[in-house]
Formats: sequence, structure tokens, C-alpha cells
Amino acid sequence: MSKNFRRVGAALFATLTATALVACSSEQAPSDAGSDGGDAAAATDTIVLGFSQVGAESGWRAANTKSIQDTLTAENGFELKFSDAQQKQENQIQAIRSYIQQGVDVIAFSPVVETGWDAVLQEAKAANIPVILTDRAVDSTDDTLYESFIGSDFVLEGQMAGEWAVEQYDGEGYKAVELQGTTGAAPMIDRQQGFADAIAGSDIEVIDSQTGNFTRTEGKQVMEGFLQKYDDIDLVFAHNDDMGLGAIEAIEAAGKVPGEDIKIITVDAVKDGMQALADGKINYIVECNPLLGPDLAEIAKKVIAGEEVPKRIVVKDEAFDQEAAKEALPDRQY
Amino acid sequence: MSATSAPPPRTAGRLGAVTSHTLFWPVVALVALLAANTIFRPSFLSVSVLNGHLFGSPIDILRNCAPLMLVALGMTLVIATRGIDLSVGAVVAIAGAVALSFIATAPEPEAIGTVLTAIGIALVLSLLLGVWNGFLVSVVGVQPIIATLILMTAGRGIAMLITQGQITTVTSAPFKTLGAGFWLGLPVATLVAFGVFGLVSFLTRRTALGMLVEAVGINPSASRLAGVQARTIVWTVFALAGLFSGLAGLILASNVMAADANNAGLFIELDAILAVVIGGTSLAGGKFSLSGTFVGVLIIATLTLTVTNLGISPLVTPLFKALVVAAVTLAQSPVVRRKLAERAVRRPSTSKAVA
Repeated sequence: MSKNFRRVGAALFATLTATALVACSSEQAPSDAGSDGGDAAAATDTIVLGFSQVGAESGWRAANTKSIQDTLTAENGFELKFSDAQQKQENQIQAIRSYIQQGVDVIAFSPVVETGWDAVLQEAKAANIPVILTDRAVDSTDDTLYESFIGSDFVLEGQMAGEWAVEQYDGEGYKAVELQGTTGAAPMIDRQQGFADAIAGSDIEVIDSQTGNFTRTEGKQVMEGFLQKYDDIDLVFAHNDDMGLGAIEAIEAAGKVPGEDIKIITVDAVKDGMQALADGKINYIVECNPLLGPDLAEIAKKVIAGEEVPKRIVVKDEAFDQEAAKEALPDRQY
Repeated sequence: MSATSAPPPRTAGRLGAVTSHTLFWPVVALVALLAANTIFRPSFLSVSVLNGHLFGSPIDILRNCAPLMLVALGMTLVIATRGIDLSVGAVVAIAGAVALSFIATAPEPEAIGTVLTAIGIALVLSLLLGVWNGFLVSVVGVQPIIATLILMTAGRGIAMLITQGQITTVTSAPFKTLGAGFWLGLPVATLVAFGVFGLVSFLTRRTALGMLVEAVGINPSASRLAGVQARTIVWTVFALAGLFSGLAGLILASNVMAADANNAGLFIELDAILAVVIGGTSLAGGKFSLSGTFVGVLIIATLTLTVTNLGISPLVTPLFKALVVAAVTLAQSPVVRRKLAERAVRRPSTSKAVA
């Protein structure tokens, strides 16, 4: 009995190894060809691009992933190798190493955190594989480690929100509360900074701020606390739509009218947020554009062709008031 | 209702009997939190009537504690049998995802029939997930922490698949009633959670169920030999934990009318375990205290609102919460209490400070 088992096991093992070997070699073949031809005839050849995504933690991220997958297709001259790091830096480093070993033409990724990338990016540089950052930056003194960083300017987003508030409400002595994103996250720090800069000098005053962790449930809970604590809130600045949507629920439960009694400004412009804006419950949304696919494709092609690319590409973020939202809503992709 | 603790080493007066009660320090902590809030903002405890229902911070606490109350209830029973359930947060996410996806695709999202069906499907699925955990633990014999870790890891993935990676949002007045509605002036969520809690308290203390659960927790083999169906009991508590988590997930989803597979009920298993521990139930199994869990949940819910009310900086919020929890658990720990009691006996003049 046990002998039989062992024999079956050995046979299974042999088969598995064989398949694995076949799989490896068959995978190796095209990517080898890709990297061989990569330098010489990149413009006509398929560009093999390895992309390591942060994860699938939000609707924004899902739209970002879809944009990349829909743009980097075979028709557009790309072979996309996509991996999801599930919010872990070590997974991302592993994915990048495997892309280096596979010899892809370009590596692109959205860093989970800002630090700790020097070693693996050095390896990519040594292997002559250009790296493009999307959405989030890395904190490295050596900026030759990557070709370009494509993403939104979070400070500017906060500024746009603040400037609109000043334009609309300056002179009325508005008292504002701020629903912050996850403490320490780049968008949270930068949006707070931008907003504070923009309202400096006006008579809008931020009377309290608290984190809502970018989620609806916590946004609602924090707003409930604020509404009990202060009777005179005029304005809410939420670092993303979801917290703003939570705040709407809290304001309605407190018997006030969101968008009228208490004005709301948010950042992101996901579909639910745009719907609330069109319904008059939110007053202004600054977009944080997740559709980075086309920019990434363009930069990747230029890098392979040996053209100069700017180190920083700021994705154009629009902003919507209620009228603009009604017009834009039917064509929104996310 | 709560388990009695060992008699205090010092001469037990009436005061000693009160302070040595398992619930003494948790209740003190809760009262202290409420007092701190009231000092900071005198109107904290005031409740007014708004649009025909009660409105105020205490009502917010009661409503927001409902999901944790349900999850902690199931967790108490599981822990009493020496188990632990790490998958409750995942079940919360799945229940919300299933119900909202059903309502979102239904032809009439506002119909009561649609909403009841959605709730029914979500609850049956949650119960099945609980049964799955119970099967792994009681029949297959996997360690509870490992068995439920499987669902904890896989669950959010399942919820993501159901919502297709998006935050599912619906508009449905009947469904909104569950998490954000009021009945007789009180939040429906609170009534549901407290109702279930009361029912389980009644069943465990007025029937033999509670004793059987404790027997299994103290010694599964001995209780089996004594004729207790240990396997069925373990299976039942895991199934109930799943069911209650599902109900909690529905309340959470209904509160904001959105199913967020990533964030709904995130780390609620830790809050639930914390509430159980604050309430004086031993993680080693055996005795359990539902009234303790009740107080523990109220402490955690009050703590969340306290952070906003006192305007504690987000940077130190985790530290603030940890300090409060550490203080409560330390005050409860038998070792610390014995040390304090010894000092009190040596220097009787300080006994007031201890009390």
C-alpha cells in the first residue's frame, strides 16, 4: 500500500516537474525574445511591461487597475504582466525582482510605501530595465533610479478645494470641520496642507479635524461627533468622497440638509460622489484622476524609444460643481 | 449573571465585595469616560427629540455599538468553549456585500419583499459560514484560531468578488431602517442588537445551555464523558457567531447604505475580543460573562466618540485608546488586584485610594 503510494507520488512529482519545466521554458521564450529585440526594434515590437499594483483597496484603485489593463493591450502594442501586492511592500519587491528575472522591457508600479526601494531599483537599473512610478512617489535621494513619476498632485487638490471655498464663502465667517484620510498617508498630509494654504487669509476657519480613515462608516461616526460637539458647522472638507458620503448620512440624521445648511467639499470624484454632487448634497468635488493607463502607455513607449521624458508628470485633475456634475455624470467611467 | 471571582485576600467587607466584583472596574471605566466627556462638554449626556426620535451623543453611542454588540456576543460564546473566531470581520463584509448586491440588482430595490429576501439570503449565508467554521473545529478537529483564519483570509476576497471590487451603493428606504431608522424613538439597530443579546442571555442563564457551554470550555473530554454533546455545542456556538456577525454586517451596511468589502468590519474581531476580555471572560474558556461583554462593548463605543468629542489628535488616537484599555484590563487583573490589596492591608490609610 505505502509502496504504491510512494510510486504514485513519485510519478506525480515527475509529471509536475516536467510541466513546470515546460511552463518555465515556454514562458521564458517570448520574454527573452522581447528583451533581445527590446533595445533594437522597440517601436515595432510588443513592449513587455510588468506592473505591480498596490492592491484592490478602494473603488478608486479598481478604476486605476481597469484603466491600466484596458490601455496596455496587445492591440496597443503591449504585453502586460500584472500583479497585485495586496498592500504589502515585500510582495511588490518580489514582483519587481521576478519582472527583472523575466527580462521585461519596462517595470511600472505604484509604491505601497515611500521608502525602502533603493536596493530593488538598483537591481532594475543594473539590468537596464527602466522603471516608471504611477500614483505614488518613492522617497529616494537617487532620482536616476526611475524614469518618471506619473500621478496627481495631492497638495494641488487640497488647494483647489480651498480656493473654491474661499471664492464662494469668504466674508461669511464660515466654520469648517475636516475629515482627514488615514493618518500619515501622503494624500492626507498633502490635501490638509493644500487646503490650509488656500484658506489662509480668508475668514474660513477650520475648527476641528479628525481622521475618518477614508471610509464611509468612520466618516459618518466622526461627523456625528462633530455635530453633537458644535452647533455652528457651515462647511465640511472631506479628504475623499467616501467620508463625505458618510458625513451626508450623519448630517441628514441630525435633521440638517447637506449641501444647504452644511456645505460639503470632497476629493476623488468617484461615481457615488458625483451622483451626490448632482443631487445637490455635495457642493464641490476635486477630481483625483485614476485613469493613468494612457499616460503610462505613452511614457513607456517614449522610454523604450530612447526619448527624454519629464521626471514628473502631473495628471490633470478637474473639479466639478453641481452643474458640471450633472453634465459629466452620464459619461463617467468610474 | 457574571461569573463570581475568587474571594479577595483581605477582609471582605461590603465595599470589598463591590470592588472585587468582576464588573466593578469596567463599570468604573465606563462612568469615568462618560464623566470626562460631560466635563469637557456639559451637554454630552443631553438627549433631545428631533423629527420624532431621540437625538444626542448617548443615542449615537447606543446605535454605533450595535454591530460590535452582536459580534462580541457570538465571540463570548465561542471563547467560553475555549475557541476563538477570527473570521467575524470577514463574515460582516460578506453579509453586507451579498445583501446590497442583491438589492442593487433587484427590479424593485424599495420593496419590502426585496429587502427581506436580501436580509434572509445574507443571514442564511452567514449561518452557513459559521457552520463551516464549526465543522472544521468540532468535526475535523482543526485548532479554532487556524480554522477561522482560513475564512478570515478568504472572506474579504469573497466579498470583493461579490461586489466586483467596487463599493456597492443602494437607495432603499426599508433597508435603511435597519441601520439608521428609529422605532418608538429609539434606533432600530440598537433594538435589534439588544433584543438578540437579551434573548441569548435568557437562553444561556435560564436554561442549561450556559452551563453546558461552560462545561465544554472547562474540559471538553470530561464533559463529553459526562454525557454533554460537546461537538454539537461547539458547532452551535460557531454557527451562532457567524449568524450574529452577518446581522452586524447588515446593520453596518445599512448605516451608510454601502457595502465596502475592504473596510466593513475591518479589525472588528479584535474589538470584539477586547470587549470580551474587558468584560472579564477568560480566554482560557470555561466561565463567561455576557453582562461583562455588554459593558465592554459600551466602553469601546464610548471611547470612539470620546476621541472626537475631546478633539484628540489623530496622531495619538491609537495610543489614547490603548492606554484606556490597558488601564481597565490591569485594574481587573487578579495579580494587580492582589498586589494592591496587600498594600492596602499593610497601610490601611491608603485603602480608600484603592477602593
